[in-house]
Amino acid sequence: MIINGVTIDASFAEAFPMKATRAIITAQNEKWAMIAAQAMTGFATSVIACGCEAGIERTLSPDETPDGRPGVAVMIFAMGGKGLAKQLETRAGQCVLTSPTSALFAGIDGGIRIPLGKNLRYFGDGFQIAKVIAGKRYWRVPVMDGEFLTEATTGQVDAIGGGNFLVLAESQPQALAACEAAIDAMKKIPNVIMPFPGGVVRSGSKVGSKYKALNASTNDAFCPTLKGMTKTDLSPEIESVMEIVIDGLSKEDIAQSMRVGIQAVCDLGAENGIKRISAGNYGGKLGPFHFHLQEIMA
Amino acid sequence: MSALTLTLKYRPDQRVDMSPLVCQNLQGMEPAEIAGLELQSGKCRLRVAQLFNISGSDTQTIVIKNSFEKLDFIGRELDGGSITVEGDAGAYLAMGMQSGDIKVTGNAGLYAGCELKKGYLEITGNTGDFLGGALPGNKMGMKGGMILVKGDAGERVGDHLRRGTILIEGNAGDYCGSRMTAGTIAVMGQTGRYLGYAMRRGTLLLWHPPLLPAGFNDCGTHTLAFLPMLFNAFKNLNSRFADASAAFNRVQRYAGDMAEMGRGEVLVKK
Repeated sequence: MIINGVTIDASFAEAFPMKATRAIITAQNEKWAMIAAQAMTGFATSVIACGCEAGIERTLSPDETPDGRPGVAVMIFAMGGKGLAKQLETRAGQCVLTSPTSALFAGIDGGIRIPLGKNLRYFGDGFQIAKVIAGKRYWRVPVMDGEFLTEATTGQVDAIGGGNFLVLAESQPQALAACEAAIDAMKKIPNVIMPFPGGVVRSGSKVGSKYKALNASTNDAFCPTLKGMTKTDLSPEIESVMEIVIDGLSKEDIAQSMRVGIQAVCDLGAENGIKRISAGNYGGKLGPFHFHLQEIMA
Repeated sequence: MSALTLTLKYRPDQRVDMSPLVCQNLQGMEPAEIAGLELQSGKCRLRVAQLFNISGSDTQTIVIKNSFEKLDFIGRELDGGSITVEGDAGAYLAMGMQSGDIKVTGNAGLYAGCELKKGYLEITGNTGDFLGGALPGNKMGMKGGMILVKGDAGERVGDHLRRGTILIEGNAGDYCGSRMTAGTIAVMGQTGRYLGYAMRRGTLLLWHPPLLPAGFNDCGTHTLAFLPMLFNAFKNLNSRFADASAAFNRVQRYAGDMAEMGRGEVLVKK
């Protein structure tokens, strides 16, 4: 398959089941809601070493948030429910509770309930106040700028992590420009996050390593400087490869996100140095969710 | 299927215990069976048909017409369905209600909504003492749900209130919020003496400055983030509490009762 001069490989992205939740952060203005959201989703690019994958889903207008203030929706993904709950609580406590004027609410009503502010309330040292409003429990924790308002719990749902595609370009600036265009388009899709810095990862990994201590190492088949040294997947004109990883609440959400992202890359086309779109997988043996590129773009 | 309508034929001298006439008890019963149910009235037991004309058959929607202040225990332990009372209701209206909704077009007597667990109670007129309170000797009053009173409420509103919301468009009598353990009471009108007497936790939300007992300390003026959410939860009510103009988030906060654990608060509109 070729779109606008860009070859779409007959390959697939291999993804895994994860647990996910969404939280809504509000603040006096969007600037401070975003600061809290960025702090909460920091150091959360990969479950390999971060404990979770997190990202900002989108900004919310005041009429979309529970307290009528500007807000940001963040999503957190982890391999299991226990790890997710731990990451959520730690990040909420250290990054949102601490952020001026912030409030924190559940972003998923259904699913299994996991603590959001339920345990953060103890920071109030006995001065905290519970309020049940419209059937939902909130905690008002006294803090130095007033009160930190937080919903007690949020919902944990089944999700999918590891959807991905690779952008193969003639140069590094061209690969990055294509990925930026893809991320801009993919940010408009709900229920997904791209957890890596700016949504783009330049250090895609393969399973295993020559070093026993490591369970992942550089994806040498897609490293352009190793074309002559390893079993490469790259043709001579490819000088840079970048990857976009997607976590989402459903297979459809990830497929839709991949579709708009790949389309945005293809819109730049071969004339802008984009040669191929490929995807990362492990031969289909590890992850139960397979996103076939050509099917998605058909 | 039209609502099961019970129209009172005459006003008995003795009070009547209406507690058998709740939706869950009547489910699946024919009007003839309902007519044969017995209600306690003083020392007598009266058949429903002796007191009421019966029409309609939807036992999950009950209408009591010509009601007056001696019909006690209306909607007691109601668990789903709705009851509309046209006229006044007696004492213990909606006592221990578990779910559903009850609306009274007139006044209600003592202990309306006492120990209510869940559901919605609306009283268009005034209500007697111990609204949403605990029965004598009990330690927990209303534990959830919402009560709306469009008129005035008597003394001891929310005595021992444990959870839930009581909204009063008019005035509240003395000892409003006494011995509260938690929950919210909002009063648009005036409040009486001994407001929040011995309250432990919970919120009293007031539109007018109260006469506060000595056990309350001023915590200053604040803009509280939870208040817009609280008012937003009232927006679908048939009430002045639903008006956007009624909402506010700037309050004077008083903490008390310091003679008790002192975690309660009185929030007064600024």
